[in-house]
Amino acid sequence: MSEHIVSRKIYFAVFGALMLGTLLTVVAARIDFGPFNDIIAMTIAVAKALLVVLFFMHVRYGSRLNMVIVVSGFFWLAVMIAFTLSDYESRDWMPRVHDPNEPASVHR
Amino acid sequence: MSTAAVTPGTRVGESRARHPHVNYLNADYGIKSWLLTLDHKRIALLYLASISFFFLLGGAYAVAIRVELLTPAGDLVQSQTYNKLFTHHGILMVFFFLIPSIPAVLGNFLIPLMIGAKDLAFPRLNLLSWYIYMVGGVMTFWALLLGGVDTGWTFYTPFSSTFSNTYVVMAGLGIFINGFSSILTGLNFIVTIHTMRAPGMTWFRLPLFIWSHYATSLIFILGTPVIAITVLLLALERLARIGIFDPALGGDPVLFQHLFWFYSHPAVYIMILPSMGVISELVATFSRKPIFGYSFVAFSSIAIAVFGFLVWGHHMFVSGQSVYAGLVFSLLSFAVAIPSAVKVFNWTATFYRGSISYDTPMLYAFAFIGLFIIGGMTGLFLAATGLDVHLHDTYFVVAHFHYIMVGGAVMGYLGGMHFWWPKITGRMYPEGWGRFSALVVFVGFNLTFFPQFLLGYMGMPRRYHAYPLDQPIWQVLHVMSSAGASILAVGFIIPAIYFVWSMRYGRFAPANPWPGTGLEWRTTSPPPTENFRKTPVVTWEAYEFRPVEEMRIVGPGETADQPADPGHPRNRVAPETLEHGKDKE
Amino acid sequence: MATSDTMHTTHAPHSSAHTALAHHFDNMEQQREAGTLGMWVFLVQEVMFFGGLFLAYLVYRTKYPMAFAAASSHLNWKLGAFNTVVLICSSLTMALAVWAAQIGRERRTQLLFMGLTALLGTVFLVVKAIEYTDKWHDRLFPVRGWFAPAPDAFPHTIAVENIQMFYWIYFAMTGLHALHMIIGIAILLPIMWKAWRGAYSPEYYAPVELFGLYWHFVDIVWIFLFPLLYLLGAHFGGGH
Repeated sequence: MSEHIVSRKIYFAVFGALMLGTLLTVVAARIDFGPFNDIIAMTIAVAKALLVVLFFMHVRYGSRLNMVIVVSGFFWLAVMIAFTLSDYESRDWMPRVHDPNEPASVHR
Repeated sequence: MSTAAVTPGTRVGESRARHPHVNYLNADYGIKSWLLTLDHKRIALLYLASISFFFLLGGAYAVAIRVELLTPAGDLVQSQTYNKLFTHHGILMVFFFLIPSIPAVLGNFLIPLMIGAKDLAFPRLNLLSWYIYMVGGVMTFWALLLGGVDTGWTFYTPFSSTFSNTYVVMAGLGIFINGFSSILTGLNFIVTIHTMRAPGMTWFRLPLFIWSHYATSLIFILGTPVIAITVLLLALERLARIGIFDPALGGDPVLFQHLFWFYSHPAVYIMILPSMGVISELVATFSRKPIFGYSFVAFSSIAIAVFGFLVWGHHMFVSGQSVYAGLVFSLLSFAVAIPSAVKVFNWTATFYRGSISYDTPMLYAFAFIGLFIIGGMTGLFLAATGLDVHLHDTYFVVAHFHYIMVGGAVMGYLGGMHFWWPKITGRMYPEGWGRFSALVVFVGFNLTFFPQFLLGYMGMPRRYHAYPLDQPIWQVLHVMSSAGASILAVGFIIPAIYFVWSMRYGRFAPANPWPGTGLEWRTTSPPPTENFRKTPVVTWEAYEFRPVEEMRIVGPGETADQPADPGHPRNRVAPETLEHGKDKE
Repeated sequence: MATSDTMHTTHAPHSSAHTALAHHFDNMEQQREAGTLGMWVFLVQEVMFFGGLFLAYLVYRTKYPMAFAAASSHLNWKLGAFNTVVLICSSLTMALAVWAAQIGRERRTQLLFMGLTALLGTVFLVVKAIEYTDKWHDRLFPVRGWFAPAPDAFPHTIAVENIQMFYWIYFAMTGLHALHMIIGIAILLPIMWKAWRGAYSPEYYAPVELFGLYWHFVDIVWIFLFPLLYLLGAHFGGGH
């Protein structure tokens, strides 16, 4: 938090950008980018979130400590997601011995 | 233990029951002044009462477990009842004793004092934390009374989500609510340490106790919400059968384990880091030397908190988790031992050429270091995936974590309680009894848990209420363990008695009995409600001990009606104190 | 840290004279710093709280991509987009409410912006209620025994359990989000009342600022929820 007062112009500019971003999200969803679908959707979402964090939440004008806190929050979330998903993704890397008694509906 | 001709603070005819000067304990009387207090010191005592209750309850379940295991046959209780016994023991001890203990009692009491502040940043949130803890505790206790839980404190799915017929949801909700107590405490500590340090109290002049609690608070904030959402999901699964952990509905039970251990592994660092902070204080004070490698120890605390979040999969090596993930978690688990080892080396180096005294707190510090080494090293055994395949879910694991939690965390807690008891209550505990019970605890603890390493290595599974008759050595070891448990119980009961005794009959304590160098020792014992009469200005580094000859006597903590006995060796304080005393008074 | 010229110094000579200063703080600056830090730490905790649900979403979406896409296509993305716009507008009005207090605008202006925020939040919740009711009618409520979508609602190649998996995640995530909005509006009301009483000024507007941080956070959660939950179906058939 700072004593710095963000001007209304910036707020409205950010608002406009967020509206644009929402429009982009919807439009992009209708186009099939193949493997990039998720990346594009998330990039737009991250950009919108960044705008809110930096300008509406004043992090752009705040102390470095605030910045570190915000980054660390998302970093730890990323750690939790990355490590867990890596377990799921890598389960099939090792060739499994086929057990004829194992039911076929076991998760792939 | 020496006796002075005139005990400080008492004169002939003066009542020994009342402390002579106004402090946080006698500033206000009545139940409302306690239940509606905003004073962090009183809140710490509220927590002390609550966690002692839950420790007693959890201990009672432990007694039942150890009695059952005296004989190979499962003859004391039925197996489902036994499941409830160890589940209740685990839940109460982990969530309602170990996790809050040092932070909520010693942390709450000492953090503002150590940094030179009047209170924590958010006193009302602090009180709310305690009430939330009580609500969660009562709810869980109620679940236990209604019929209990039999899933293990780890609540593994699909048993807990689909098959168990016990009060999983209610106990889980009690834990969920209790989690918010932790979160608010952590939030309070972080903000306090960042924003309320006294002038001159830079980060690297802070006592290492503060660094440990800061690191612990990081874990509170980042980890506890995950167990909160996990418990909610478990409740949803039980109540609404949404399918998140149910293979029949496409769910994965191992996802529960990921979510659960993401918090519960860092939780064990919540349990040990504050204790390490206490040990740093004890080692420095009773060696009369600054901690060797202060910044290494400080950074190690942070490193433990950070690395502690990266290793949770080592609880899941045999769960069906991918081997590659297991590899990574194993490697990281070896890495997380390093900062802990750094601390142990630094404490040991602090002893070298120190002026060692063997007061009760120091005995607990010695116990901590030795037992933590054993507990930590056996953790490395378990971090090796190949070995873990054989040791997982055996008594080896039980012994390992009890060495850390009891041999580590509880030793630190007891050492800290003894060390700061004079500050908290203004009374000294009886030193002879203190040393005796430390010894009893040490002997009882090792007798209880060392045989369990052997049992686990030989294959005795955990959470079993019966074991084979054809292995006589197993019963011998179990009997040793149960005998040890009774000795350990005595070792815990004796301090409970003399602490209570001391509040009325204990010798009045001076401001700085040991003497220590922290700011908490530069105010009266007990402190006034606002902690310091004048905000201290810090111009010295942490742990600046002086040789006894250089230290002057009598500090500003003594008031006119509580003269210190200048001849008493415990009444010496560091020279800086007198400087400030002269300026301020 | 830049200081705006229009704002006079916060280091008043007798800081303890300010009635809003709590007894354990030395000055308003320290109090404000502590409050802001405290709210940010709380928000980090909220990130991890929602994070568990995001994790569950990611795990199961990776496992059942087709089912998730099919299930998502039954959500009304137009309502979702409308709600996104509503929330972004409410973030703007909240930011302007903080600005109004910071600048020292009169109570009417402060109240106007806060009131708009509360109103937009309520609109969001009403739309959500409509959506939830729709799902209820379509028997897409993922509770034991009640989940029974119409036989031709989804392709037959997709297992009903996997559709249910999507829907409980949808209800859990949007439900938790809606709960945060309800709590937010409930907290905003007393703040508005205090604003009407003239409690907020350039010297002291911390509750408005801190509430604003919370509100923006709730908006950010929705910014992620909308594409993840509502827009998967658009790719149905396209796969990834």
